[in-house]
Amino acid sequence: MSNQVMIEVENLEKHFTLHNAGDAHIPVFTNLSLHVNAGECVVLSGVSGVGKSTLMRSIYGNYLPTGGSVRVRHKGEMVDITTAPPFQLLDIRRHTLGYVSQFLRVIPRISTMDLVMQPLLENGVDAEDAGERASEILELLQLPRAHWDLPPATFSGGEQQRVNIARSFAIDFDVLLLDEPTASLDAANRERVIKLIERALARGTAMIGIFHDEDVRNVVATRFFEVSKFAAHEPA
Amino acid sequence: MITDTLDAPKLDVVPDTPILRTTQLTKTYGAITGCRNVSFDIFSGEVVGIVGESGSGKSTLLNCISGQLAPTSGNVEFNTKKYGLTDMFNLSEADRRRLQREELGFVHQNPRDGLRMRVSAGANVAEPLMNLGRRHYGDMRQDTIDWLTQVELDIRRIDDNPRNFSGGMQQRIQIARNLVHGPRLVFMDEPTGGLDVSVQARLLDMLRYLVRRSNLAVIVVTHDLAVARLLADRLIVMKNGDVVETGLTDQVLDDPQHAYTQLLVSAVLQI
Repeated sequence: MSNQVMIEVENLEKHFTLHNAGDAHIPVFTNLSLHVNAGECVVLSGVSGVGKSTLMRSIYGNYLPTGGSVRVRHKGEMVDITTAPPFQLLDIRRHTLGYVSQFLRVIPRISTMDLVMQPLLENGVDAEDAGERASEILELLQLPRAHWDLPPATFSGGEQQRVNIARSFAIDFDVLLLDEPTASLDAANRERVIKLIERALARGTAMIGIFHDEDVRNVVATRFFEVSKFAAHEPA
Repeated sequence: MITDTLDAPKLDVVPDTPILRTTQLTKTYGAITGCRNVSFDIFSGEVVGIVGESGSGKSTLLNCISGQLAPTSGNVEFNTKKYGLTDMFNLSEADRRRLQREELGFVHQNPRDGLRMRVSAGANVAEPLMNLGRRHYGDMRQDTIDWLTQVELDIRRIDDNPRNFSGGMQQRIQIARNLVHGPRLVFMDEPTGGLDVSVQARLLDMLRYLVRRSNLAVIVVTHDLAVARLLADRLIVMKNGDVVETGLTDQVLDDPQHAYTQLLVSAVLQI
């Protein structure tokens, strides 16, 4: 398991074309290659706007790269995210590839407990185990028990963020993309998330993360990756 | 809502035969084009959203692929239990009706179009079972009670007429009526369109759960991108009768490629 390559980004290129803004052409990066092994946490660095989130979303498959490939180890085989048919990409996301974003985007009026159980149930975990697993992780993230039966819409930013983290860490994904998971958390909760990340690392999860918080970054990173080195420029 | 285990995830293996295959489908009304050269495959367990503004050809497409409207040219093949992948419009009238009755479901935007308003809620849900040839009233009543419970309706009201239910409840009766017979493909035309937003969310969650559990395929037409994001696995974007973009839902909504999709996505009001 260890040292096995889990993510292979090869010669990735991304630019946006905004058709409704006079076909504005926005280059992001070009010729970007990055390999991540099991048990590694690669932290993306570079100033805001350099394309860190764009790289993450290209790996998750919600951005369509302009060129190059993104391969992720799924059920023992390297699968190219950029060419995988939709049902396979959904299968990869269900079982292998997790994404923690800064924002919680879920169906409204569903209780926190159900939201955290949902990815587990979709993974074929039975209801009882899913409930236990969900309670365990909500407990660990110290989300007050009185909140568990409530939908998170009225929660504070930090509480919503923890629901989001609980949803992604309830499953032992082999590959995790962390887009500022600690952005709106206080020090104590940041510590708890760091624990979760360290636990996943020890288990051999391959991770790519964006952390603006220097303390977190330096603790969890096994190496840094400078995205600006691959910046694409507007053709002259 | 989530009360018992979902079946083992079904998209694990690459399905080899689609449940529905549309090839070069075109429907014109005289000089007016409804939809043009539409081709796609849909597999079991998939929820496919068709989005576009009104007049883009969504409903024409839906009516053609559900076997209700003969296309001007092109094919609609359905993977029938009896014959395998067969062109719907080459079937005899009797076979096509049997197919629609037994293997398909159609949830209309307006529940009054999909329900019989003069018979009870229970009879509305039991009728598709009778159409399958079931005759044991006790069993049918039990199945009906089960489904009305699934869609969270008070079963004490099983004998009330649909007109005495609220719009949201009527829509849930319609959904139960269209899932009770175990169809393999369900069409939904703006299923949450006429509903209060507070009811919409609950209904979406219920639909999502029922679809995931029963491994059926769903084609949902909507102009509401928020509904599309929550319900659909992938999207087909239509404009003026043409498919302008297809792809995984969050890819189409987060990184739209076509000018029209970019316009559509940027026009959504943020609340």
